[in-house]
Amino acid sequence: MMRSANVKRWLGLSPALAVIGLFMIVPIIIVIVYSFLAKDPYGGVEPQFSTEAYKQLLFERDFDDTLLFSTVNLKIFWRSVWLALVTTLFSLVAALPVAYYIARQPEGRKNTLVLLVTIPFWTNLLIRTYCWILILRDTGLINGLLQRLNLIDSPITLLYTNGAVLLGLVYSYLPFMVLPLYASMEKLDMKLLEAAHDLYANRWRVFRRVSLPLALPGIVAGCVLVFIPALGAFITPQLLGGGKNLMLGSLIQMQFGASRNWPFGAAMSLFLLAFVLIALVLYARSPAQRDGNLI
Amino acid sequence: MNPPQSSKKSPLSQRVVRGDFKVGHLPGFGAWTFLVFLYLYLPLIILIIFSFNANRTVTIWEGFSLNWYAEVFKSEPIRRAALTSLLVASIATVVATVIATLAALTLVRGGKFKGKNLASATLMTPLMIPEIVTAVATLALFTAIGASLGIGKVIIAHCVFCIPFAYLPISARLQSMDSSLEQAAHDLYANDWRTFRRVTLPLLIPGILSGAILAFIISMDDFIITLFVAEAGTTTLPLYIYGLVRVGVTPEVNAISSLMLAVSVIFVLLSFIIGRKQ
Repeated sequence: MMRSANVKRWLGLSPALAVIGLFMIVPIIIVIVYSFLAKDPYGGVEPQFSTEAYKQLLFERDFDDTLLFSTVNLKIFWRSVWLALVTTLFSLVAALPVAYYIARQPEGRKNTLVLLVTIPFWTNLLIRTYCWILILRDTGLINGLLQRLNLIDSPITLLYTNGAVLLGLVYSYLPFMVLPLYASMEKLDMKLLEAAHDLYANRWRVFRRVSLPLALPGIVAGCVLVFIPALGAFITPQLLGGGKNLMLGSLIQMQFGASRNWPFGAAMSLFLLAFVLIALVLYARSPAQRDGNLI
Repeated sequence: MNPPQSSKKSPLSQRVVRGDFKVGHLPGFGAWTFLVFLYLYLPLIILIIFSFNANRTVTIWEGFSLNWYAEVFKSEPIRRAALTSLLVASIATVVATVIATLAALTLVRGGKFKGKNLASATLMTPLMIPEIVTAVATLALFTAIGASLGIGKVIIAHCVFCIPFAYLPISARLQSMDSSLEQAAHDLYANDWRTFRRVTLPLLIPGILSGAILAFIISMDDFIITLFVAEAGTTTLPLYIYGLVRVGVTPEVNAISSLMLAVSVIFVLLSFIIGRKQ
């Protein structure tokens, strides 16, 4: 009896574990190996141990092969982390009132509003980002409107700026913030808010001192869920940053494209992965997260 | 879109009213929510409006026209890209849904066993690892193998990341299903297979459909992983659109994008309606 149950479990799980193991876990191990190999100038790697890729994260080779400290890549890392952090902060500020408002609605409206938040998540990110090109470019909607109203003579540059990237990142990942926030605010016990009112706290004080602390698990979850994809974003900086405001994702892609430096691309991917794993571990260990799941 | 209105009948437990003071109500939050929804949806609405614009310059409205949609349906490369996308998404959906259903049955109904947490965490890895890292890793794998699989590479890659998306609604449905029905079937001498086919599966169908639809959308929409893995000649719709967008804004892009948007929205609504049905 016991044995047949185990066989059945194994049969049920093995396809999923085999597919994910073979095509997700093994590939990451291969990336680790690639990052320690020498680059093949025609793309790919040469089977030769090398730590060049990791040196390249911080140094540049001079003509006579001496290592020079270089901040080029550091700057791109820093810009990515900074943009991801600001995106997380903006999303949090935008999403808090939304989540709180939705959670206080009657059942039917609540479901409709949650569905409306979910729909953008399921629509194509490429297309959603493309919409902003229509709006922001020099001959786009905003510039056209301003020129028609004679407020400006020549178009102002909106596209291909850090601001455009930020706008696009918040736009892309805002639903990831609203949903976990909503989940924790929905569970809020109204009696606690009432008790605070009875003790003469005003609305804002109740929100700040009762609702927000109780929603902390949702806040942490939302921040992790926005920060991770924002850090590795590729489409948004590519389309709205125009390739000159590089982020980590574009830099990685370049190594596998035009630059043909696979080991360096592999090393950077691992660097990004390490960042994400640290964020996930911190999240799992956070005191706010005792009983919840990631989503 | 729903304009914010705060006075509607609601159960007392949700909104305690004392005179005109509502506990938990904060002024301005409704208006803010409305603005955020505007931010989320206005760009999409603008795209759809301009896809019907007669003018080629895309910015100035010149009159209603279905011209660009006609162009899209006439275009041979778009038709080919659409077929590629459909082929990849269909296979990935079927494979991922079958695998996810088996896994969900084991993890939700299989009782406690060693390694259960590890197994469910492994199922979720495609969701946690940044897409670009998955893309790089999958490319590295296929290069290491060295075999030319053509479109097979894209199909395999899509199967992997579709699994968690199919798994989540299926396991949610299983968790909400009353297991006493299955026990009752056993008590009436139905064997495991019969119980599964006549009791569990019919009840689980909405979850499976909902998961399959989500897997399908995710596969149709994927860009980054496909960009890395696809060989020349395997062009999915998002890859084709990306190629056009990089060259510039054209009314054809507006039309094909609006179409893809419509398909996604219809499928999400379908998944939502099926998933909610009891």
